[in-house]
Amino acid sequence: MSPVLSGVLQLTAVVAALALVYRPLGDYMAHVYSSEKHLRAEKWIYRLIGANPRAEMRWPAYLRGVLAFSLASILFLYLLQRVQGALPDSLSLGFTAISPDQAFNTAASFVANTNWQSYSGEQAMGHAVQTLGLAVQNFVSAAVGMAVAIALVRGFARSRTGELGNFWTDLVRGTVRILIPISVIGALVLVACGAIQNFAGIHEIGQLTGGTQQVNGGAVASQEVIKELGTNGGGYFNANSAHPFENPNAFSNLFEIFLILVIPFSLTRTFGKLVGNVKQGYAILATMGLIWLGFTALMMWTEYAHHGAALQAAGGAMEGKEQRFGVGASAIFATTTTLTSTGAVDSFHSSFTGLGGGITLLSMMLGEIAPGGVGSGLYGMLVMAIIAVFIAGLMVGRTPEYLGKKIGTREIKLAACYILITPTLVLGFTALSMALSSPPESILNTAGNSVHGSGAHGFSEVLYAFTSGANNNGSAMAGLNANTPWYNTTIGLAMLLGRFLPMVFVLALAGSLAEQQPVPETAGTLRTEKPLFAGLLTGAILIITGLTYFPALALGPMAEGLS
Amino acid sequence: MSTTTPVRTAPEGDERPHGAEEPGRVSGGLFDPAQLLKSLPDAFRKLDPRVMVKSPVMFVVEIGSVVTTALALKDPGDWFGWTITVWLWLTVLFANLAEAVAEGRGKAQADTLRKAKTDTVARRLSGGTEESVPGTELRVGDLVVCEAGDIIPGDGDVVEGVASVDESAITGESAPVIRESGGDRSAVTGGTKVLSDRIVIKITTKPGETFIDRMINLVEGAARQKTPNEIALNILLASLTIVFLLAVITLQPFAIYAGAEQTMIVLAALLVCLIPTTIGALLSAIGIAGMDRLVQRNVLAMSGRAVEAAGDVSTLLLDKTGTITYGNRQAAEFVPVKGTMAAEVADAAQLSSLADETPEGRSIVVLAKEKYGLRERHEGELAGAEWIPFTAQTRMSGVDVDGRKVRKGATGSVIAWVEAQGGTVAADARKLTDEISQAGGTPLLVALEDDKGARVLGVIHLKDVVKDGMRERFEELRRMGIKTVMITGDNPLTAKAIAEEAGVDDFLAEATPEDKMALIKREQAGGKLVAMTGDGTNDAPALAQADVGVAMNTGTSAAKEAGNMVDLDSNPTKLIEIVEIGKQLLITRGALTTFSIANDVAKYFAIIPAMFAVAYPGLDKLNIMSLHSPQTAILSAVIFNALIIVALVPLALKGVRYRPMSADAMLRRNLLIYGLGGLVSPFIGIKIIDLLISLIPGIG
Repeated sequence: MSPVLSGVLQLTAVVAALALVYRPLGDYMAHVYSSEKHLRAEKWIYRLIGANPRAEMRWPAYLRGVLAFSLASILFLYLLQRVQGALPDSLSLGFTAISPDQAFNTAASFVANTNWQSYSGEQAMGHAVQTLGLAVQNFVSAAVGMAVAIALVRGFARSRTGELGNFWTDLVRGTVRILIPISVIGALVLVACGAIQNFAGIHEIGQLTGGTQQVNGGAVASQEVIKELGTNGGGYFNANSAHPFENPNAFSNLFEIFLILVIPFSLTRTFGKLVGNVKQGYAILATMGLIWLGFTALMMWTEYAHHGAALQAAGGAMEGKEQRFGVGASAIFATTTTLTSTGAVDSFHSSFTGLGGGITLLSMMLGEIAPGGVGSGLYGMLVMAIIAVFIAGLMVGRTPEYLGKKIGTREIKLAACYILITPTLVLGFTALSMALSSPPESILNTAGNSVHGSGAHGFSEVLYAFTSGANNNGSAMAGLNANTPWYNTTIGLAMLLGRFLPMVFVLALAGSLAEQQPVPETAGTLRTEKPLFAGLLTGAILIITGLTYFPALALGPMAEGLS
Repeated sequence: MSTTTPVRTAPEGDERPHGAEEPGRVSGGLFDPAQLLKSLPDAFRKLDPRVMVKSPVMFVVEIGSVVTTALALKDPGDWFGWTITVWLWLTVLFANLAEAVAEGRGKAQADTLRKAKTDTVARRLSGGTEESVPGTELRVGDLVVCEAGDIIPGDGDVVEGVASVDESAITGESAPVIRESGGDRSAVTGGTKVLSDRIVIKITTKPGETFIDRMINLVEGAARQKTPNEIALNILLASLTIVFLLAVITLQPFAIYAGAEQTMIVLAALLVCLIPTTIGALLSAIGIAGMDRLVQRNVLAMSGRAVEAAGDVSTLLLDKTGTITYGNRQAAEFVPVKGTMAAEVADAAQLSSLADETPEGRSIVVLAKEKYGLRERHEGELAGAEWIPFTAQTRMSGVDVDGRKVRKGATGSVIAWVEAQGGTVAADARKLTDEISQAGGTPLLVALEDDKGARVLGVIHLKDVVKDGMRERFEELRRMGIKTVMITGDNPLTAKAIAEEAGVDDFLAEATPEDKMALIKREQAGGKLVAMTGDGTNDAPALAQADVGVAMNTGTSAAKEAGNMVDLDSNPTKLIEIVEIGKQLLITRGALTTFSIANDVAKYFAIIPAMFAVAYPGLDKLNIMSLHSPQTAILSAVIFNALIIVALVPLALKGVRYRPMSADAMLRRNLLIYGLGGLVSPFIGIKIIDLLISLIPGIG
């Protein structure tokens, strides 16, 4: 079988699997977030945290819940890393405390659902931090994102009320009824594929060439599954999903891609169900799907077709890619991980072709909305839909409305603030890093053009780091030593601001929408469930993002890829 | 004669064609290129930063122009810097020009109005004596006297007398109108002229706030406030400007790292090309022109908000009389009773109606002529005829001639007459009248007494005649998603018949002002926006409640105060045009925004390779237009960016062509023209400009 055909077949398999679970999972999640009943385990949790699961919250209360919970999580995670040195060896594997700037960066990273890692898991984090700290955040940070998305959907679905549901209920239900059950099944599948799941210590292993290698044990499969399912991306090992203990074979690789995409895509069905028109969900799904498939196809094309004798002999750009996955599966994984807020990698993004690297960058720059992170993808896409409706919706001769809600001054103000955040963080921090004297020194690859230091590729690495952080992706283009106080702090800030500022505006938007009285649909209403709208939305996303980042992309991946 | 009291005579100007346009279809006003030149001084005046800051996008361009000017002054030999500077200033100037031209069109009208507002001397009544005071000293509640030849000194209500008034200063309509105390025709407007008789007016408006003052402010644009959607759009444009500002500011450190530091002039040029200048420049012109389009149709919108709301209207309340039907019932058919010929009925009907000068009576004569070829006879032709005119008491008219007595009139009256003459009423006469009533018509009986005795001959079917083209009009409105509700004082049976014939979606029969109000509130509770027209004082609450309330200029001042628009022609059908103008305004705004944003793609392909192809030769592949040199590329983009504003001024003023169609069809069409067109056209435009520039000696 030719490598190209194998890539296409794998892509087809992923699409088929997603299509199969789309309706049942989407409907189930809609049920979870609208059910009146509480499970016994959930009641215990509510009693433990002292929350009243029946109390309806207006947007400021909902936001306070999100921020309070996240702040507590950051503090806990920070302290856990700082006291690692004092823990018994069985819990710390003998690793010492993490430095303050790195501990802050890691805490921010995992709570912000980013999972940017400026450390190597197997050389820094013991069982306690990995399992009690990082793995727990993998669940709850994902559940927070879903909760905020559901709150926005309720803003569309409800009318003449400011109430958006209850944050604690949404958080607990998302974790207990959605993430945990799927993770249990998923972990078993991964273990069956060969991923490890134990609490073993560090083994010294002899290598074929002589010399020894240290190999850690750990609860890898259970962390791996939520790493993908919750679009987290923080690997147990530094090599992430390229490591055989995390991602043993071609099937587990496809399964992980499936896990990454399954909730973000299915949430569009949940959205359709909750707003009472599944077709609206299909239009959002179509937009997400179009971009995901388009970018994946583009990525496969650039990686397969890249010129050069060595590359052709290998059947494509194989540098930095695992033999067991090949070009096709690596390309699918790369676009999937960057178009969602995952950031797990099964290949080395720095080694992608210039244009391929550009695609991973652009994927994140879109705001990770196609299909995006769990929850964050949906709310990001809905904000873009509001912008698209506002610009083009006027062309049907009515003031803009989406799902029966008017997009007025207040709504557009909040949406405009939302879309300003990530470009400000990405371009602002990148520009600062390039303008200051020491941050560029972190660029390890200095073999480039002597006039331009490390050249376009070095610039891409810095741009990638902040794009990844501010968009809560977490993948890295490597080649950049990000474990410096400057990068730990700035990327940490980018991750926190890039995660929680948008949530402020999304929840305010949700509150504003929920208060409105819906406008009935007539023949004069812009039909947002039609293919035309999906096309319009896709165009608006590509043009608005493209215009924002075109100069930066030109000096990075385009300068490299077009030479 | 008439069996029903006419609700209201047909408003004047009802039949007046609106220019040569297809009736009722909104299109733009005229655009005269000479206006550009005339508005130039105003455009320069608007360069004042205190004015510019109201448009954030153009304010940024102005700052950019100042910066490049300073840089060009520092290096006077740099032709490139100077050229960019000139074109940046031109960009700002073109934007101001667009606004000035839009405003200029209202100025001419304002001047005419000012002439009407010459200082008048009012004859104020105080304690029974008359004193002369300047019109500007009148206070609300003052009583003033006006006689033939006087200019009415201020807005008010007639409290005594009847007069004919020339309102042409405001409406442009030369035929005088009657104003009388009490009822719905008591309002008079300051600046209009009394032609006959004497009236006493109670002043209702303070000087300086009169209708004519407000009109002047409106057409001049002085009172223009940004509408909600315009504010929202401005916010979005400002945020896009911030995004591009960020992209350009951060570009310099990236460029320095790449070893390709850029001059401030190039960065300013890039910034101006990227920020949405096209829509930013034309946004306020679009708004002013939208209001102006209403003024051209003799409609005054008291707020821009109302114009926008008009585009969103989903329910139209239309008065039956004058809007859907011609004001009067007309004879449609002669129905004979058994044993009589239709021609016989027609003959008797015509004969008995010759003395009836009411529109209904005339229509009977006309029908007899058109359908039965009966020549119209004149009263003098029939010697010895005794004419019996219609009175409210007898409710009949007719003629006695040659021993024959012909009568026609209301069913009860004619039957009573026949029986009084000892005649018989045909058994089926009752049935026929009932049938006509049930069909929504009004039956009139025709009876004859001759040597064979008195008897009923047949029935005249009077019906409301629906105006031509209304059915199609309502069909269009339905396609646009607008529901039409007919309001009438008729009974439900009649109302239903007319509603079906006219093709309206719903009707409100035996409507009282309270019913109207309740209907509006019910529609609004469902999230719908409602538009209506009205003229009476009892319409005022409903006019105020409606999202778009159009008061007739003939109406009371209470109605005019309550509505948010006034139709100077007092033509209720215009409501439909108002909705179309509202939609056109929004479409134009959306189309130019889309166009403006789509334009940026090409500008990047012109400027980015020009900036960086030296540092990274690979980027020259982005120069897909193969522009001549980096300088000509940047210059071409800047020039295109400025010229496109001028090119689109006519469109902004005229508005995008509007045709009623479904939202889907409209979106597809406009996306194709303004989205795709906006993407492609700058590639062509920039290339052409580049070709021309490269021909200039010393550059090429």
